[in-house]
Parts: sequence; structure tokens; C-alpha cells
Amino acid sequence: MNNLLSIHTVRFVVLILLQVLLFSNINFLGYINPYIYILFIILYPVKNNRILFLFISFLMGLIIDIFMDSGGINATAALVVAFIRPAVLKFSFGAVYEHQALKFNNIDFGQRLTYITILTFIHHFTYFLFEIFNISKIILVLQNTLFSSIFTITLCILITSIFSTKSK
Amino acid sequence: MQQIVNFILRNKSFLFFLLLLCVSVGLTIQSHSYHKSKFINSANNVTGGVYNLGNSVSSYFHLKEENDKLHEENTRLRSILNNQMEKSETFIDSTSYTTKYKFTTAKIIKNSYSLQNNYLTINKGSRDSIKQDLGVISSKGIIGIIGNTNSKYATVVSILNTTNKISGQLKKTNQFGTLSWNGKSPRYIQLSDIQKNAKLTKGDTIITSGRSSIFPKGILVGQVEGFKLDATKNYYEVEVLLFNDMTNLEHVSIIENKDKTLINNLLQSNE
Repeated sequence: MNNLLSIHTVRFVVLILLQVLLFSNINFLGYINPYIYILFIILYPVKNNRILFLFISFLMGLIIDIFMDSGGINATAALVVAFIRPAVLKFSFGAVYEHQALKFNNIDFGQRLTYITILTFIHHFTYFLFEIFNISKIILVLQNTLFSSIFTITLCILITSIFSTKSK
Repeated sequence: MQQIVNFILRNKSFLFFLLLLCVSVGLTIQSHSYHKSKFINSANNVTGGVYNLGNSVSSYFHLKEENDKLHEENTRLRSILNNQMEKSETFIDSTSYTTKYKFTTAKIIKNSYSLQNNYLTINKGSRDSIKQDLGVISSKGIIGIIGNTNSKYATVVSILNTTNKISGQLKKTNQFGTLSWNGKSPRYIQLSDIQKNAKLTKGDTIITSGRSSIFPKGILVGQVEGFKLDATKNYYEVEVLLFNDMTNLEHVSIIENKDKTLINNLLQSNE
């Protein structure tokens, strides 16, 4: 348990630093950035204290906001993703999730891709909706969501594959 | 009563979610309507320290370009100096110019240009007498206006911020308008409310108008790239190509107008 706690604390700090120092400055084609800090929310243990989880996600978004001077955009997006995660888990993994026996290292690639894709799209859509904050520019919101999502999903899959400790 | 307590207990995570959502949406709305967020800004010691550390590494990658820029600026300044020596009747009295405005140099430790509301962070703060609402320029033109400050760091509301409005004018005539950004390309900003009778041509230089106490008159902004009449058919909307490459900034100067308090006092006493 102690070990688990330290892993998540380190992940929290490292992902925030990576996000603000590296991934927010990529600006691929001028504006496309990945938001890989949601990896923390994606990989948070399934068995959790719901309220604590919501609060930690909110806090993470808020810290990113403070770094990026973006008001409360990341906090909102992270909070929405954290709230909606149980439903997505249920949809992606079905029975495995019901039995609370889910280990992210042991699930197959397809399911993991579905799970990460849905969460990323929800996060990015909320993020750009609040960032652009203008319903008449909905096309721009969708366009940014699509491009950034592709970038984020690719990176998330890569990172989870590299750091997974699969024992066969 | 019992039922209310039960309802709260049953839905406690949802209610908590709603509470946090209200907080974050409130912060978002605040950041969109008022460009100096009170609480959420990167002018504090932790974020400033992290960016400073990151910048101390990444600034090495741009050394060559920075040298080129300095070289360019030196050449430009030298040519101005030579010109002024030749014709001493130039319009500006250089002694009064230097006493009225105070320049402080600073380094950008965080740049951003891909959002709708962009802020920069610089490594000078209130202990270097940086205050809110001072103008920030680079060797090539305007950058933005100081937002929040703390003792060591300050945020700059970039001209690439949809809430930022700066007064600008044509260099050849004195017709002035409002510079703002539509959030699309970091290379262009928009100059609106230019009178219809203005004679615009592509390539005209746009400068700051000096109508506020933030920027002195004549700071370079950009050049006219295109223009069209707005919806009322009375004013031009001008697309301005910035002289500054906002995606590649390192050293900036902060302008302080020493008469600013005098001007502001005068304005307040008039009200």
C-alpha cells in the first residue's frame, strides 16, 4: 500500500513537470499539443475513494492551470474525466471491472485503446470547449479536439507500453 | 430532514463533483472576462522557479538566434544614432525621451502562443520595480502588458490574448484604432475601428499610438497584410502581420512611463 502511494505521488509530480516543461511547448503545426497528464487519471487504481479521486484530479488540473495561466480549464476537464471514468471503465472492460480485479498491466491492447481513446476525447472536448469558450466556433473546438487527441492517445499508448511490467 | 441527509449521503460524490465543477467553471469564466486572474497565475515562486530551471536548460538551444537578433538590433540602433547626428532637428528630444520612460530588461522563462488567452512569464518582479500595467516590448515590437507580479516573477498578458486591447495607429497618418487578436494565427493580429477614409495600402507600418500611458508613441507593431470594411461599413478591419515572431522570444524590455501616476491622477480628478 505504501509502495502504491509513493508510485502515484511520483507519477503525479513527474507528469505535471513533463506536461508544463515539455509537452505544452511542442506546438506541432503551430497549435497541437498533447495533454499527457491525464495518464495519471487513466492509471489511477480502480479501487478508490471516489471523493478523494475527484479531489486529486481537480487539484492536478488546477496545478497545471496555475503553470499555464489558463484559469480553470484544465481543472474542469480533469474533473469531468475523473467523474466519468467509472462509466467508461464499465463500458471498456465489462465483467473484469465488475469483479474489481482489473490490473492495467494485464489487459489486452484493444480494450486499453478503447478506454484511453474515450477518456482522451472527453477530456480534450471539455478542455477546448472551455478554452475557446465560444459556441459559434464549435468547428474549431472539434478540430482541435481531434488533432490533439490523436497526439495524446499515441503518446499515452507508447508510454503505457514502455513502462508496463507485463509478466507472462 | 432524515431524507435530506440520506439524499446527501447517497449522492455525496456527485454533489462534491458539482461543487468542484462550480469552482473550476467559475475560475474559467473569470479568466475569460478579466485578464488578470487573481489566484490562478504563474507569477509565484514555485511555478516561476520551475520555469526558470527549465529555461536555464532550453535557452542554450537558442543562443545563436539570440546573437543574431542582438546583432540586428545593434545595427538598427546604430543607423538611428547616425541619422540623428546628421539631422539634429529630428522630432524627438532624446534627453526628455530617456527621462520620461524607464527601460528594464528581462528574460522570458515561459512563452505560450497556442491558446486563446496567452500569458508569458518573465524573471523580473516587484523587487525590480515591475508593476501591473507596464508595457513589454522586444527589439522588434510590442509583446504585451504586465499582468500579475510577485517579488521575483511577473506574468505578461500577451498581445496574443483575446482579452487584450491596445491602441494602435498608422505610421504615415495619425488614424488610430484598437489592436486585438482573434485567436487564430500567432503571426497576425487585428486592428479595428480605423476610419473608412484612411488611405491604406498593403505593407503600411502600424505603430502604437501613445494614447494610453502604457506604451509610448511609435513602438513598432507590424505591417498591413490585408484590410476590409467591417459589418457597419464605416470602419476598416486590418490584418496586421507582426514584426515579432511571437513563437520565438527570449529577451524583452519593460517600459515604465514615469509620468503615469501624474496622468492617472489627472484622469481621476476629472471624473
